[in-house]
Amino acid sequence: MSFDNLDTLYRQVIMDHYKNPRNKGLEENDSLTVEMNNPTCGDRIQLQLKLEDGVVTSARFEGEGCSISMSSASMMTQAVKGQTVEKALQMSEAFSAMMLGKDIDVKEFALGDIIALQGVSQFPARIRCATLAWKALEKGVKQED
Amino acid sequence: MDVKAIREQFPILDQEVNGHPLVYLDSSATSQKPISVIETVEKYYKDTNSNVHRGVHTLGNRATDQYEGAREKVRAFINANSTAEIIFTRGTTTSLNIVAWSYARANLGEGDEIVITPMEHHSNIIPWQQAAKATGATLTYLPLQEDGTLSLEDVKKTVSTKTKIVAITHVSNVLGTINPIKEIAKIAHENGAVIVVDGAQGAPHMKVDVQDSDVDFYAFSGHKMLAPTGIGVLYGKRELLENMEPVEFGGEMIDFVELYDSTWKELPWKFEGGTPVIAGAIGLGAAIDFLNEVGLDNILKHEKKLADYAMEKLGEIDGITIYGPKERAALVTFNLKDIHPHDTATVLDAQGIAVRAGHHCAQPLMKWLDVTATARASFYLYNTEEDIDRLAQGLLKAKEYFGDVF
Repeated sequence: MSFDNLDTLYRQVIMDHYKNPRNKGLEENDSLTVEMNNPTCGDRIQLQLKLEDGVVTSARFEGEGCSISMSSASMMTQAVKGQTVEKALQMSEAFSAMMLGKDIDVKEFALGDIIALQGVSQFPARIRCATLAWKALEKGVKQED
Repeated sequence: MDVKAIREQFPILDQEVNGHPLVYLDSSATSQKPISVIETVEKYYKDTNSNVHRGVHTLGNRATDQYEGAREKVRAFINANSTAEIIFTRGTTTSLNIVAWSYARANLGEGDEIVITPMEHHSNIIPWQQAAKATGATLTYLPLQEDGTLSLEDVKKTVSTKTKIVAITHVSNVLGTINPIKEIAKIAHENGAVIVVDGAQGAPHMKVDVQDSDVDFYAFSGHKMLAPTGIGVLYGKRELLENMEPVEFGGEMIDFVELYDSTWKELPWKFEGGTPVIAGAIGLGAAIDFLNEVGLDNILKHEKKLADYAMEKLGEIDGITIYGPKERAALVTFNLKDIHPHDTATVLDAQGIAVRAGHHCAQPLMKWLDVTATARASFYLYNTEEDIDRLAQGLLKAKEYFGDVF
C-alpha cells in the first residue's frame, strides 16, 4: 500500500461518482427511508427506497462522508434500481465478498461500475466506508418485510 | 532535552510503514511505550507474577509491594495528599463512570444541574447524560468562544447554586484548548458544586497538582502517557471518596462478608473490586519514572515548540482550515480543502504518516465546528520538527493527488 498503490483505491470512476453523485438527494414522498451511520468515523447515509412487487423501482441517497462511502452509495443506487429485491440482496452479498478480497463474477451480479471499488479490499481501514450504503440497503429491505 | 536519545527508547518508532520511515502523529489516541515500560511489565511476569493483597507467600508480597509502590508514584505525580485518594481503574472512561454512578446518583435530584462543555470527549458527556436521566437533574452546556476557548465570565454566569457537578476536560482532544481548571474549580466551589476533570489529555503532557488546583476528581489513562493500555486512575478528595459507595462489588474490595450483608475495605481498595490490572499499574509506575526523568516542564516546552511550528508550517498550506485557539496543547486538528479527512489520512498513511481522522469521539463538538469529521496530528515528547515537515509535505501531496477532483 505504497503511494503508487493509491490509484488502486482512488480509481477515476470512483472520483467521478464522488464528484457527480447519481441519485443523490431525497424526494419528498412517503417512501421507505433508512439511516445508517458508521459510528467509528461519523459517516452517515440516508437511503430512500421504493419497492414495488418485489422490485426496487427507485433508490436515492443523502449523506456525508468520504469519497469511498459516497461514491459507493452513488454506484449502489444506480446498480440496484430495476433489480428484484432478491437480486439486490445477492449483489450486496457479492459486494461484501469482493471487499474480503474474493473473486466474484461481475457479470453475474451486474455490478457494473462497482468493480472499481475492488481495490478497497487492500485498504482494510476503508472497507466499512465502502459497505455503508449496502448495509443501509439490507436494513431497508428488512424493514419493508 | 535530547529528543534523539528519547526516540531511541521507543523501538516502535524505528520502522518503515508503506516504504517510508514511520511518522507517528497519533499520541492523543495512544502514546508509544519506552523500553523501560515494556521491560518492567515483562520482568513482572517473569519474576513476580502473583495476586496482590492476599498471599502469605513471597511472590504475593512482592507483587503487592510493587503494585502499591506504583500507587505512591501516581500520588506524587499529581501531588495528591494521600495514596488513599488514588484509585486504579481501567482508564479515564471507567474513572469518570465511577463518579457518575456513585457520586452523581447519590447526590443529584430534580432541580439540580450538571454543567459540562461542548468540547468534551464522549466519555465526559454520556455518563452525565445518563446520570441526569436517572436522577432528574438537568444537563447544561457552557458556551464556547469563537476560537474554542471558555470564558470565565460565562462560567460564572452559568454555574449557580443549583449546580452540583461541573465536569470539564483539562485539555480538549480536538481543539487543543487548555482549560483553566483551577479558576473553574474556584467558581464551582463558591456555588457548592464539585468539579470533575477529564485529564486524559492533560496529565501526560503537563504538571498536574490536584491540591493546588483544588479539583475534586481528576481522571486519566495510563496508555496516553507511555504506560500499557488497561490501566487508569481516578483521583478523588478523601472526604468525597469516603462517603461514596463502590460501583463494583466482589473480591478484593470487602472488609467482611456475611450471608446477607457486607462491609467494604478502606480507601482506595473499596473501589478496586476484582483482581486489579497489576502489571499495568506497575507499568504505569515505570512510565511515570520515565516522564519524571525527562521532566514534565521540558516535555511541555518541547511540545509547545512543536505546536507552534506545526501551526506555522500547516498554516502556510493553501486551503487548510485549522480548528481551535492559537495557544494550544500539542495537537493540530484540520481539514484540507474539500478532501474528506479519511481520504487525507489514507494518502498520508501511504507515505508512512499516522494521523487520526474522524469525529474523535466528540460529535457534539463536530456539530459546533459545523463539520462531520476532521484530521488530527498530535505530538508527544518523541516527535520532532522533521515529523511536522513530513506531515506538511504529505499534505501537499494529498492536495496534488486529489487536485483533479476537487
